[in-house]
Amino acid sequence: MKSVVKQERMALSGDEAVAYAAKQSDVDVVAAYPITPQTIIVEKFSEYVANGEVETEFVCVESEHSALTACLAASATGARTFTATASAGLALMHEMLFVTSGCRAPVVMAIANRALSAPINIHGDHSDSMAQRDSGWIQMYAENAQEVYDSIIQAFRIAEDLNVLLPVMVGLDGFTLSHTLENVEALTDDVVKQFVGTRQFPDVLTHEGTTAPFKLDPENPMTIGPLALQNYYFEFKRQQEEAMANSLSVIQKVNSEYAEISGRSYGNGLIEAYCLEDAEVAAVCLGSTAGTMKTIVDGLRQEGIKAGLLRLRTFRPLPVEEIRSALGNVKAVAVMDRCISFGGNGGPVFHEMRHMFYDVNPHPYVVNYIYGLGGRDTSPTELRSIYEDLQRILKTRRVETPIQYLGLRE
Amino acid sequence: MTGHDKGWKEIAPAGVCSKSSISFLTGDWKTYTPVRDLEKCTRCLLCVLFCPDGAIHWKPDKGDIEFDYSFCKGCGICANECPTKAITMKLG
Amino acid sequence: MTTQEWKFTTKDIAEKPDLFLSGHRACAGCAPATVLRLIMKATRGPTIVTESTGCMEVVSSIYPYTSWATPWLHTAFETAASNASGIEAALKIMKKKGRLKQEHVDVIAFAGDGGTYDIGIQALSGAVERGHDFLFVLYDNEAYMNTGIQRSGGTPHGAATTTSPAGTAIPGKLEYKKPIAEIMVAHEMPYVATASPYYWRDLITKVRKGLEVNGPAFLHVFAPCPRGWRSDPARSIEYAKLAVETCVFPVWEAVNGVHQLSTPSKLLALAPQKKKPVTDYLKGQGRFRHLFKPQNKKMLEEVQSMTDERWQRLLAKCGMTQKS
Repeated sequence: MKSVVKQERMALSGDEAVAYAAKQSDVDVVAAYPITPQTIIVEKFSEYVANGEVETEFVCVESEHSALTACLAASATGARTFTATASAGLALMHEMLFVTSGCRAPVVMAIANRALSAPINIHGDHSDSMAQRDSGWIQMYAENAQEVYDSIIQAFRIAEDLNVLLPVMVGLDGFTLSHTLENVEALTDDVVKQFVGTRQFPDVLTHEGTTAPFKLDPENPMTIGPLALQNYYFEFKRQQEEAMANSLSVIQKVNSEYAEISGRSYGNGLIEAYCLEDAEVAAVCLGSTAGTMKTIVDGLRQEGIKAGLLRLRTFRPLPVEEIRSALGNVKAVAVMDRCISFGGNGGPVFHEMRHMFYDVNPHPYVVNYIYGLGGRDTSPTELRSIYEDLQRILKTRRVETPIQYLGLRE
Repeated sequence: MTGHDKGWKEIAPAGVCSKSSISFLTGDWKTYTPVRDLEKCTRCLLCVLFCPDGAIHWKPDKGDIEFDYSFCKGCGICANECPTKAITMKLG
Repeated sequence: MTTQEWKFTTKDIAEKPDLFLSGHRACAGCAPATVLRLIMKATRGPTIVTESTGCMEVVSSIYPYTSWATPWLHTAFETAASNASGIEAALKIMKKKGRLKQEHVDVIAFAGDGGTYDIGIQALSGAVERGHDFLFVLYDNEAYMNTGIQRSGGTPHGAATTTSPAGTAIPGKLEYKKPIAEIMVAHEMPYVATASPYYWRDLITKVRKGLEVNGPAFLHVFAPCPRGWRSDPARSIEYAKLAVETCVFPVWEAVNGVHQLSTPSKLLALAPQKKKPVTDYLKGQGRFRHLFKPQNKKMLEEVQSMTDERWQRLLAKCGMTQKS
C-alpha cells in the first residue's frame, strides 16, 4: 500500500488544471485550436512550450478537425497525444472522433463543455459532448478543478491500457469550472510521470506475416485505416464495444491506484454515490452541478428527508450495474440533463436511466429535468424543488409531468 | 471475397491489414493479353516502368523482361508505349 | 546521396523493388497507379505514407489486403496533410526524446483532386504554413473519380463529369481548372513542381528533390483516368505526354518561388512551332467529345485560348516570354 505523496496546493482554474496535468503527463504531441472556454488550456500550454518547460511538439493547427486528425496520426506513429476543445470545435471534429476510436488511438482530450449554436452561446452545458456519445470515446465529467486535474492524468492510463485502447474525453463545465479559480492539490512531476508511465503498444499481425507493435514504424510496415467492406466492418465495431466493456474495470482500477498516491478517489471511478444507502428520493447529475446538489442534499437530510445524489462521473461506458446497485432502494429518481435531445422525449441521460430500470422489478419513478442550457444558472431553490417534486410523486404515486424544464421562462 | 473470413476476436484492431495484395491475383481481369516479339524488343524497360500493376519485371540475371500474367489486367499501356511496337495485345 | 549526386538508369529504377505492390484493384490502364508506383520507386530510405480517401486509397487497402510495403495511414478524405502534420510532429519529438530507431523518416502524403483542390485544401494550406517536413503529392485525374466521376476544382473547362454533364443547356464544366500549383507557390514554400508520368525521369527526380527539402514540398502529378475520361486505357500514359506537348499541363518547378520550366516544356518554349493544338489532346476523350459539336465551337476555342494564356503567363514567370 503506497502512502499518499506530498502535494503542492495551487490556485488553478479548471483550464489551468488541465494544462498543468497535461504538462506533467509527458505528452509528446499537442495539436490544438482555440475556442472559448478552452482557450486558457492552449495558451497555458503554449507558455510551457515557449519556456522550454515541456518536451512536447505543439502544433498550432488551422482548425479543430485538423487538431484531432494530427493527434490521431501522431498517436498512430507512437506518440502520446493530447488536445482540448469545446462546443463547435468538438462538433467540427465529429467525423474524426469516430475515426480516432476506430483506429484505437488513445488520444486524451479535455472538453470545456459549452452549448452548441445556433444561436451562438459560449457558456456551459453538455450538448457538445452528449452529441458525441456514440463516437466510441470514453466520456468522463468532472465536478471541480481538482477532479479535472486528477482525471486528465488518469485518462492517459485508461486510454493506453492494452485492454482498452480507446480515446478518452474529460468534460469540465464551461466557465463554471474552466475559468473559476479553485484550490488544487497537485502531485509532483516525478510522481505523475511514474503514474502515467511510458506508452505500451499491443503486438499485431501485419501483412508481412510478422507480429509487431501497433504503430507506424518503417521497421515493421503496417497498414492502418483500410477500407473494410460488408464482410469485416461489423467485426471491427464489435472490437470497440469490447474495449468499452473492458474499460469499466480499468477506470475503477486506475481510480484506486491513483487514490493510493493522492488520497483522492471519485466514488469507484465510475459513479459517486452521495447519501444513497437509505435514500428514498435521489437526483442523478453530471459535472459541476453535483457540487451544489450535495449541499442541497445535506440541507434536506437535516430536515429529516431521505435525499441522495448519484453523480455520474463516467458516462461512457455507461456503468449500468453500478447505477442499478446504487439506486437500488431509491423510490423516485430525477435525472438532470444539461442537454436537450430534440424530439427525443427527454434528455439523453434520462433515456439511459429509464431504460436501465426496464428489466428491474420493482423500479423507481424516473423523471427528467432539463436545465442549465447555454450557461443558465440554476438557483439552489430551483434545484431543491426537484426533491420537492420527487416527494410529491411518492406521496401521490403519480407522475404528472415526466419531463420538465428547470429555470425556463414560459 | 476469397478464403475464410475471420471472427472479431481473431483479427487485429484498427483494421491492420493481414495480407499482402500480392496474394490477390488480378490477372483474370484481362480480356486482352500482351504478347512480345522478342526480336523487336530492345529491352528499353519503358513497359516495366509504365505498367500500372507492376506486372512486367526486369530480370537482371536473365538480362530480359518477364510478364507476370497473374497480375496483368490487359490495359495495353505497354503495347501503346513500346517504341518499337514489339508488344501486341491479343484477344484471350 | 542528394538528387544532384543520384545518377540512375532505367535499369536501376526497374530493378528497385516495388513498394506499391501488384494486386491492387485499380482499373486497367489507371495512370494514378503508375504514378504511385514510380513515386515509391523514388523513395530514398525509411518512409511513412499517408493518404486521403480516394481511388488510390481504396484500391490499395481493401481489408485484409494491402498494397503498401511501407507504413501507411488513412483516416479521412480531407486529412492527407493533417495526417502528415501529426506523423511528422510525432517523428520529430520521438527523435528528440531518443525513441526513434531511424535517423530520418520521410513522410509522403498522397491525395487526389478532392483531397487537394477542394475538401483537403484547408489542411494542406495549414500544414504548409506551419512548415512541416513532408512531401504532398496530388495525383490529378481531374474529377472525384472514386465516387463516380464528379467534378472537382481540378476539372478543366469544358469537361463533362456526372455533376457537370454535357447537357443541352450547359455543355460541361463552365469553370476553369484551379491553378493549385500556383496557389502553393503563393504560400512561399520551398519546393513546388508539376510532373507527368510519361516523363518518368523528370517525375522521379522531382520526388527526390521534394523529399530532400527540409520543409514542405508539393508535387502536382498529371494522372489520366480512362474510366472517368472515357478514353482508351492503353493511351493513359500517352495522354500524359500529349497534355505536356499541347501545354495543357506544362511541367515546371519553383524552387523557393523561382519558376523554371522542366526540359519537356522548355523544349516547347524554345521551339514553339512544336507545340501541338489542344485538339490533339482532347480527341479520343469521351469527356470532351461534345466540344467537337458545332454548337460548342466557342467552348472549344476557349479551351485553346485559356491554355495559351496560361502558358504565356507561365513563360513570363520563367523569364521566357515569346511572341505567340
